Amino acid sequence: MRDVAIIGIGMTRFGELWESSIRDLCVEAALACFNDAGIDRLDSITIGSMSSGLFTGQEHLASLVPDYLGRRNVPAVRVESACASGGQAVRTAFLEVASGMSDVVLAIGVEKMTDVSGGEATYALATAADQDYEAFHGVTFPGLYAMMARAHMERFGTTRDQLAQVAVKNHENGSHNPHAQFPFTVTRKQVINSVMIADPLTLLDCSPITDGAAAVLVAPAEMARELQRGPLTVITGIGHATDTISIAHRADLLHLDAIELASSRALGMAGKSIEDIDFAEVHDCFTIAEILVLESMGVVPAGQGGPATLDGLTALDGDFPVNPSGGLKSKGHPVGATGVAQICEAVTQLRGAAGDRQIPNARIALTQNMGGSGGSSVVHIVEAR
Amino acid sequence: MQVPRFWREIPRYYRLEAAACVQCDALHFPPRKICPSCGANAFETVRLSGRGALTTFTIIRTPPSGFTDQAPYAVGIVELDEGVRLMAQITDCDVDTLKTGDRMIAKFRRIREEGRTGVIMYGYKFVPDVGV
Repeated sequence: MRDVAIIGIGMTRFGELWESSIRDLCVEAALACFNDAGIDRLDSITIGSMSSGLFTGQEHLASLVPDYLGRRNVPAVRVESACASGGQAVRTAFLEVASGMSDVVLAIGVEKMTDVSGGEATYALATAADQDYEAFHGVTFPGLYAMMARAHMERFGTTRDQLAQVAVKNHENGSHNPHAQFPFTVTRKQVINSVMIADPLTLLDCSPITDGAAAVLVAPAEMARELQRGPLTVITGIGHATDTISIAHRADLLHLDAIELASSRALGMAGKSIEDIDFAEVHDCFTIAEILVLESMGVVPAGQGGPATLDGLTALDGDFPVNPSGGLKSKGHPVGATGVAQICEAVTQLRGAAGDRQIPNARIALTQNMGGSGGSSVVHIVEAR
Repeated sequence: MQVPRFWREIPRYYRLEAAACVQCDALHFPPRKICPSCGANAFETVRLSGRGALTTFTIIRTPPSGFTDQAPYAVGIVELDEGVRLMAQITDCDVDTLKTGDRMIAKFRRIREEGRTGVIMYGYKFVPDVGV
């Protein structure tokens, strides 16, 4: 396999972008990405979108996107793994370049979520769960994570304050991110007292409904060296794993096997251990999700995610900073775009270009993207060379 | 929802039919064609007791389309005495008094209906087992 570098990144602003269609979002992110890379070559496109059909009525992004990028005839494919679709798009682009099949591949992640009502969006998101045996009973995504949160609180003594601190920390980070949907800070009291969505999770425990797109351009590391635009950022590890679609079928509701396996596979490929990681972007679709991911990746032992968060382990100036971008919580969660946006943040940090949210001397980043309630996960290791 | 998509699940929704692996005895609900425990593909159909204990739950206050007229409602995971875990609504109770560990029993209930002319879907919900 060839070494694969990221030679360009680009994002739209995340938010309720009523004036932008799904095609506008893809083109805007791709243009920003090409400008960043400073090249005009494109061999292939991969597109991650969870449910463009339910959210906008538009399938066949594999034709729409190259067409409106002015790149008719370029091969393109859409990949889907629910909320991990973006990570899958990057992984698919990586595989094309690593294998020698293509040289310059654009990975786009996109979701246009605000063309439907809140109830319809909740329905569309719940299609990532088991339709006949979970969603049939009226459960929602906040509901699935709420059941995990209750179990975590009862087994480990995790407190409402500890959960809320995830939101407080991520909003603090996101307040320094110009792309963020909700760049305001919140207090633990505000999180706990916000409207109840699915007990024990409140509105401010949940990531928002968001429009947005993100793109990265990948190419052989050798080609990236010749381009010489800033520090070289190389994808040194990729891990991918799956788990049961129904949370009721897991041996342990509070251990996300797909996350443990995806992260250990990615670290193994990169020849690293979790202690080598300088910072991580993880899939905090709900406050409890960030805690479960920290524990499942082995950053902290089972049950310690809450206390560690309250102690500042994962803060911007902590020993293991998590979600410097603001995460899904503050930056926003256009589902299919999230996995690509995580890579954009990793590269921004590794370039030292993250401004007020910069982590000093960041050299090795981990990004963890999760599908549904942990039924799939993709982890990338990105290093500055 | 088209009628066949609901109709084909009736043995599970109405009668709690599960699949018992003939090779390793693992019990699966819903039934599967391949046993994830041992890889065998021969099963016997068995009916679940519907009796068990609540392992975790939530109260849905922001429902998906199709359930707006029912909110707030409780959804939980019940571990049946046979060891199988099912997700379903918890009903016929004051949701604010529910506790994990509560004994539950599955009952036949209306799940939802699709407007005035659509399919009326029935299935199982759990209610507190008061031991009557």
